[in-house]
Amino acid sequence: MPKYNLTINGKSRSVEASEDTPLLWILRDNLDMVGTKFGCGIAQCGACTVHVDGNAARSCSLPVASAVDREITTIEGLSEDGSHPVQKAWKEVDVPQCGYCQSGQIMTASAFLAQNKSPTEAEIKDAMHGNICRCAAYNRIHKAVGIAAGNMEA
Amino acid sequence: MSTTPSSLTFSRRNFLRTSSLAGGGLLIGFNLLTACKSDVKPPVDLADLNYNDFNAFIKIAKNGAVTIFSPNPEIGQGVKTAMPMIIAEELGVAWDKVLVQQGILDTENYTRQIAGGSQSIRFSYEPLRQTGATARQMLVNAAAARWGVEASELTVSEGIITNGAGETLGFGDVVDDAAKLEVPKDVKLKEPKDFKIIGTDQVNVDIDKIITGKPLFGLDYKVDGMVYAAVLRPPAFGQELESYDASEAKALPGVIDVITIGKKMNALLGGEETNWTVQMNATEKVVVIAKTTWDAFKGKKAIKAQWKETSALESTEFQDKKLNALLDGTEFTTLREDGDVEKAFTQADKVLEQTYESPFLPHNCMEPMNFFANVTEEKVHLVGPIQTPEDAANTVAELLGRDIKDIHLEMTRMGGGFGRRLYGDFVYEAAEISDAIKKPVKMVSSREDDMSTGVYRPAIKYRIKAAIKDGELTGYQLKEAAINGNMYGLIPNFFPAGAVENYKVDVANYASNVTTGAWRAPYTNFLAYAEQSFFDEIAEAMEVDKVQLRLDLLEKVKGNTDERIEYDPERLQAVLKMAVDKSGWGKAPEGTYQGVVAYYCHNSHVAEVADVQIENGMPVVKKVTCVVDCGIVINPLGARNQIVGGVIDGVGHAMYGQFGFKNGEPTSNNYDTYRLIRMKEAPIVDAYMIQNELAPTGLGEPALPPAGGAVSNALKAATGKRIYKQPFMEDPDFWKVPNEKILG
Ligand code: FES
Ligand code: FES
Repeated sequence: MPKYNLTINGKSRSVEASEDTPLLWILRDNLDMVGTKFGCGIAQCGACTVHVDGNAARSCSLPVASAVDREITTIEGLSEDGSHPVQKAWKEVDVPQCGYCQSGQIMTASAFLAQNKSPTEAEIKDAMHGNICRCAAYNRIHKAVGIAAGNMEA
Repeated sequence: MSTTPSSLTFSRRNFLRTSSLAGGGLLIGFNLLTACKSDVKPPVDLADLNYNDFNAFIKIAKNGAVTIFSPNPEIGQGVKTAMPMIIAEELGVAWDKVLVQQGILDTENYTRQIAGGSQSIRFSYEPLRQTGATARQMLVNAAAARWGVEASELTVSEGIITNGAGETLGFGDVVDDAAKLEVPKDVKLKEPKDFKIIGTDQVNVDIDKIITGKPLFGLDYKVDGMVYAAVLRPPAFGQELESYDASEAKALPGVIDVITIGKKMNALLGGEETNWTVQMNATEKVVVIAKTTWDAFKGKKAIKAQWKETSALESTEFQDKKLNALLDGTEFTTLREDGDVEKAFTQADKVLEQTYESPFLPHNCMEPMNFFANVTEEKVHLVGPIQTPEDAANTVAELLGRDIKDIHLEMTRMGGGFGRRLYGDFVYEAAEISDAIKKPVKMVSSREDDMSTGVYRPAIKYRIKAAIKDGELTGYQLKEAAINGNMYGLIPNFFPAGAVENYKVDVANYASNVTTGAWRAPYTNFLAYAEQSFFDEIAEAMEVDKVQLRLDLLEKVKGNTDERIEYDPERLQAVLKMAVDKSGWGKAPEGTYQGVVAYYCHNSHVAEVADVQIENGMPVVKKVTCVVDCGIVINPLGARNQIVGGVIDGVGHAMYGQFGFKNGEPTSNNYDTYRLIRMKEAPIVDAYMIQNELAPTGLGEPALPPAGGAVSNALKAATGKRIYKQPFMEDPDFWKVPNEKILG
């Protein structure tokens, strides 16, 4: 199997996998980073969202071969200790129910807020629309993104 | 008529035992609802916590730190936070000093270690309080002995015991003494007005792990040497494996082996027709074992399988006809009958009759079904998300011919349950696979597996008929046509039972080969919409106010001495009045249309008002006001999350949830063809809880059923059209939106 060198959360990691293996499974099964979640496998739910060069991307649909030479950030690397403004807002609002979708929600929200520091209500809804929460914690997700926006450094 | 939900009595003798820990500290083991065996003590070493004699433990360390090993599985309903809060309250410790860990299954003295039916808190409230209070009393007794004073002179606050002279001892200072004392029998519980933790907002105990992506869920669990398994199950209900060719799959890199399972379960069941169990487990399945999940999924796709038809391949049209035939027929079982409905219909001034329909629904837990198993000579180690751990452990013991003592089952946090994880098919699969390959294995379902080989909520139809005479509702008949089963328990005694003199509930079902089961708020999740829509139609026919009709009917239930009626008309009236008040019912601004419902189920009383607006020709549910009476609320922050989630879930499935079959095969298998509610469609939910000191009931389910009714009634107000079929967005006369437009 071919070998790939990846940059994940600022560290270089090398893995052996078939070239079509989605980044999601490289993270979860090869590298034991299980914070990135599997929901649908077809880019429809957002549970597997990571940052690729700062943009939110669905790791279930990103083959490992295309992840080479790119900066990948996962939930484990969003902050050292859960102190990213989005993570803090998530805790303040007590967003999760089952919690399964939440790392994807947090990664989507953090990539969005990095590009839009003062979003409108409608922009928040647009940005988060692609992430399914089966427990329907949408009201709190919306609220937490709003709070985090206020706390993002300029 | 009982006015409060009965809190189960439990044996106070011996339900709690203590021991001192080897490294110092006190361990209290207890069982909810049952007595412990009289001859056992909790282990002296934490490593030996095996939950075989106790299903929960409290540890008080010498530094005063308290760890509560929470017994109930967590599916997102908040019990892992709420149950320890109850113990901590009576124990008298500060909540932020308490550490909560998930308990492991007690396979022998299991009580109600199950998440389902919104019952966890309801059944365990009293025993949890008793446990906390008993532990506090022992610590106080130890301090009293140390000081040589009466225990009654001492006070406890935040883990500190204080005597009359102002001297203090921490819990940690007296744990070793307390461990030697007799367990006191009758301890005094706190007055609800003195509660310091119960009723306060507490953030989910797993929050830090969730927001930083720590391993927590079943899918996250792994051990060294673990392999992954993907299971190829028959694509259609009614099919079985005929033959398969695995040569291509075996040639793939990462694929270790291809085996079949299912024979063991078949033998265990002995061909017995036990509905879903037979279909899901006794059929032969092809399993690809691989180094990673992706390799296993790829291997599964490469299997060339031939399937044979062994029973009818059902389609939605066929099921529809069957249900209609049942409703039109005469083969009903009567679940409740008051007076004479036939006579009421004959003598009525006006008779109304309507039929309401709902489709099958998959659960779609966000975390697909999965389980870890490691079957060795010594033991069977099972880890994962399951709502019924005891049942799963027993079945695995039988399946593998092992002693129940060999089965060691650990529950993980669950990425949603909604009823799906009450069924242990994925546990048995994992166990059978590990038994065959003699390796630790994780069985992982893809979303497609999960959605197309599910345990669905069955399609159901209700036909409701009402007799109106002299401006009164004189007769009410509810007929249910369902699949593989009918409404059960107390549902036939829910409102409006007791409010109408002539009342009848008739049910019928047919047996399908599609696997069906419980889905969040079984039966009521659809019945509430049907009945609450119909009440609006009755009000329109009687030309009376919709809220007033409900209040008047409830008034008639007061003083009814029928013991079967569990709901409390006054509590239902109270939530309805509050919802009317909070939602601005009747005062909605131009362009906002409202629908109201009041409903009782899962021991809670709920009223909801939905606000709908039409935007670009499409109905948008803007807001739902929801008032719940669920007795004492342990953790309002968590409770509100449950209510809001339940309402949006109810709105979402009523609006969009469409699922059917074609020649036995599900019509959707992933989120590109199955629509779940998303951010932009989610209404704002204003949730209120009635403040009272009545015993707590559940919250995981009761907010969901009324939501569909509230939306349906609001849609009628907005458009003048009554919708008789879920999902609303599929109504041909309504709005049909192409999939590309709705998916994010
Ligand atoms: S798992 Fe990647 S979008 Fe659903
Ligand atoms: S919290 Fe359960 S899926 Fe979002």
